[in-house]
Amino acid sequence: MELNWTFVGQTLEFILFVWLCLKFIWPPIISSIENRQKDIDEGLQAAERGRKSLEVARNNAAEQIKATKKEVAELIEQANKRQAKIIDDAKSAANEERLKIIEHAKEEAEAEANRIREKLRKEVAELAVRGAEKIIKKNIDASTTAGIIDDLVGSKR
Amino acid sequence: MANTETQTENHSTEGSAQQYIGHHLNFFQVDVRDGSVVHAQKHDGSKCYLTDILTFNKCEAVHTVKKEESHLVNPYTVNVDSLLVSFVLGLVFFLIFARVSKKFTTNGKPGRLQTFIEMVVLFVDGNVKSIYTRRSRLVAPVAITSFVWILLMNTMDLIPVDWVPALAGFIGVPYFRVLPTADVNITMSMALSVFVLIFWFTFTRKGLKGFIKEMTLHPFNHPVFIPFNFVLESISLLSKPLSLGLRLFGNMFAGEMIFIMIALFNTAYTFALQPFLSVPWALFHILIICLQAFIFMMLTVVYLAAASADEEEKS
Repeated sequence: MELNWTFVGQTLEFILFVWLCLKFIWPPIISSIENRQKDIDEGLQAAERGRKSLEVARNNAAEQIKATKKEVAELIEQANKRQAKIIDDAKSAANEERLKIIEHAKEEAEAEANRIREKLRKEVAELAVRGAEKIIKKNIDASTTAGIIDDLVGSKR
Repeated sequence: MANTETQTENHSTEGSAQQYIGHHLNFFQVDVRDGSVVHAQKHDGSKCYLTDILTFNKCEAVHTVKKEESHLVNPYTVNVDSLLVSFVLGLVFFLIFARVSKKFTTNGKPGRLQTFIEMVVLFVDGNVKSIYTRRSRLVAPVAITSFVWILLMNTMDLIPVDWVPALAGFIGVPYFRVLPTADVNITMSMALSVFVLIFWFTFTRKGLKGFIKEMTLHPFNHPVFIPFNFVLESISLLSKPLSLGLRLFGNMFAGEMIFIMIALFNTAYTFALQPFLSVPWALFHILIICLQAFIFMMLTVVYLAAASADEEEKS
């Protein structure tokens, strides 16, 4: 074990390699690594933000769907009510119409009956007059026939 | 192996084992005074020079070396193998990382290499940020350079111990130790560089006044204790680079040593034992390789953080 010029040589080598490392190795590598670490950090944060906004969007969509469903249910309910009402209205209107028609038919029938009766009476009167004329022509004894005519007319009524 | 002949001749003697270990622990050293390779000779017995090796004149190891007086500091030699391997591995580190940093894609799928480099960078960055809380352009590059570089150097220990010396002997290089972190020069020079950085950080963040205060008024804040504090703080300050460098050196040296010991089972009867010893040790050693690189990096960051911390932050 002895110290010789190797000591000096190695010291120079040590200085040389530390200087080379200081100049060409350490700064570029460490700055690249730190830059990338920053990039990765930012990327992770962006991903986190994206996940959060996705969650918000999903919640919004769910709420919207819920609201829409409610609206649709209300609409269906209204439609059902209106349908029932329309059916009811139609039923009552039809009933009224039916009653009116029946009424109308009754009135018409009565009017027709009156007309026919009137006509019949006129015919009977005419018939009576003709009959009377014939009777008078045969036996002018008016006093005896007057009673017969009256009986005739009266029974026809 | 460069010394195969000597080994096979008398492999059972104690001398050959010593020779084997000695050969494996011998650096490819060049004497800076005349360019000769230490403990080596040419075939004709003349001195071997570095230029001989570069011109492919084969040199071989000299094992019959007289025991020289060992000095802590030897101002005449340089370990070519340690410097070469550490330089090549540093270059490997730089080229791979520079390539990735140039082709770094942030949008789109990153390649496998980039992903791996990113893992390493983020690992170091996370550790640095958790300890060194201030902003500094220097701490993280120092940390990742020392971590990856030391990891690569330590990994050389997993190359089987005889491969590289055998290959080196084949091309005429008498010795070659491929594990730079088992060379105390390598580890201590890096530790001392960190030590200098500690001073630099202390002076730029706290100033001379802050430094003196720290050395004298800590841990006992009373004028009477100033000499005591100074001794204590000096020891704790000086022990930092020493423990940093010697810890790495000791671990890797011991690991290499055990691989060499296992390789000494080379008789016909014990040869089969080797894989049952070296494989478990290698598996365990992978842990040590990573751990020591990590410890060096972490301690560097911790020391620098302590050097630039305020008084309030410390308490």
